[in-house]
Amino acid sequence: MKTVGVLALQGDFEAHARALQEAGAQTRLVRKASELAQVEALVIPGGESTTMLRLLEDEGLFEPLREFGRERPIFGTCAGAILLASDVFRPAQPALGLMDIAVERNAYGRQIESRVVRLQPEPEFVREAGDGELEAVFIRAPIIRRTGPGVRVLLRYLGDPVLVAEGLHMAATFHPELSADRRVHRLFLRLVEQNKVRAE
Amino acid sequence: MMFLDDAFRVKVGLAEMLKGGVIMDVTNAEQAKIAERAGAVAVMALERVPADIRREGGVARMAPIRKIREIMEAVSIPVMAKCRIGHFAEAQILEALGVDYIDESEVLTPADEEHHVDKRAFKVPFVCGARNLGEALRRIAEGAAMIRTKGEAGSGNVVEAVRHLRAIQREIRQLTVLGKEERAAEAKRLGAPLELVEWVAEHGKLPVPNFSAGGIATPADAALVMQLGAEAVFVGSGIFKSEDPEARARAIVKAVTYYNDPQKLLEASEELGMGMPGLDVARLPESERLAVRGW
Repeated sequence: MKTVGVLALQGDFEAHARALQEAGAQTRLVRKASELAQVEALVIPGGESTTMLRLLEDEGLFEPLREFGRERPIFGTCAGAILLASDVFRPAQPALGLMDIAVERNAYGRQIESRVVRLQPEPEFVREAGDGELEAVFIRAPIIRRTGPGVRVLLRYLGDPVLVAEGLHMAATFHPELSADRRVHRLFLRLVEQNKVRAE
Repeated sequence: MMFLDDAFRVKVGLAEMLKGGVIMDVTNAEQAKIAERAGAVAVMALERVPADIRREGGVARMAPIRKIREIMEAVSIPVMAKCRIGHFAEAQILEALGVDYIDESEVLTPADEEHHVDKRAFKVPFVCGARNLGEALRRIAEGAAMIRTKGEAGSGNVVEAVRHLRAIQREIRQLTVLGKEERAAEAKRLGAPLELVEWVAEHGKLPVPNFSAGGIATPADAALVMQLGAEAVFVGSGIFKSEDPEARARAIVKAVTYYNDPQKLLEASEELGMGMPGLDVARLPESERLAVRGW
């Protein structure tokens, strides 16, 4: 069984751990750099990206996390997607630069613009994860404004990519951990499985 | 059930994102920036922190709009603001302004001594204080998407926060072992809707996140309430009434993340200046206790 870490500095990491378990993984909460050695992949949950960034820097996790991401899969949702990006703006802030995406923070507006929508996935998602509309919970969500040539778009909302994959990593601007549908987490576990095969 | 519809899930969703974080009281843009830099997950915009409200007296109202707007423009993290208990017009104004959360708060002077705001009528989410399970469930029935135990705001004394957190946890545990036929009588005793009592009995927790507030002044206080089951922490006067607000703010953020790690808590507690002066809550006359406001 796969052991997937969930970065537990702040945010809805418990919801992600439950979702991963329902999708068939073992989980472990990660709060220190030394704990990264015990997991084969990592989820960076939703929460406040400025808070996570502060703690990553203060607690010496920023560089170890970037190193981890060179070899192992990471899935970031909302704040996690912001941390994975190569470019973050409005306002600008540092990020891990593990995915070739540019992300605008709180791009839909304040909480009053938060929403639950049902989306028709792109053919690639359907092929890999199964057919049927997908619920997406957006909370003060960012928007992916640019994707690099290697980035695959799996789901769109109002024309903007909201679920993307590139190499080892996946990013969602919504919160699949707050819905009952486990297809997105299972998709990430497939990525983890493929990476394991490749590493061996 | 009311708390499963999309509108309510979006409100609770933001509370989910604030878990494991610290929400800090601020009175101007400069303090808000310090709070954000220190790692706050949100700020609460206020005219005066509770310790000053307590000292200066008078009627405490919703903060001036100019001030809240200045804070909203200064930071990228969520901004909350307080309205008086039952003052739905203040809440309407805060919603129109676009704050991310409204705290219907006992720290301000109540506007209605019988009724709280009907929070279901709003799109913006509400947090409300509670001292026990009955109070928490009444607020949730009215539409609150987050509960915070009240503690005693502006006291710098964590004793009431601990009391309220323990009371809610104990009453939840008791509910889970009741026979099904006993739940209706218990709902009546709690003064809470049976539907919510049933939900808590089945799940062993509140249907919305439960944060802690009122009297948290040190990293150790924050770790204490987290270990007692709080899911995040509100710090009011404790930060900007202390000697070095930025260092204290960072230390409390660190303590909430590593609440179960004594070595990290030691690091967080090291090299901090003096905390805010505290009050002996047991000697406060009933009329000066903020926690008894709300019904």
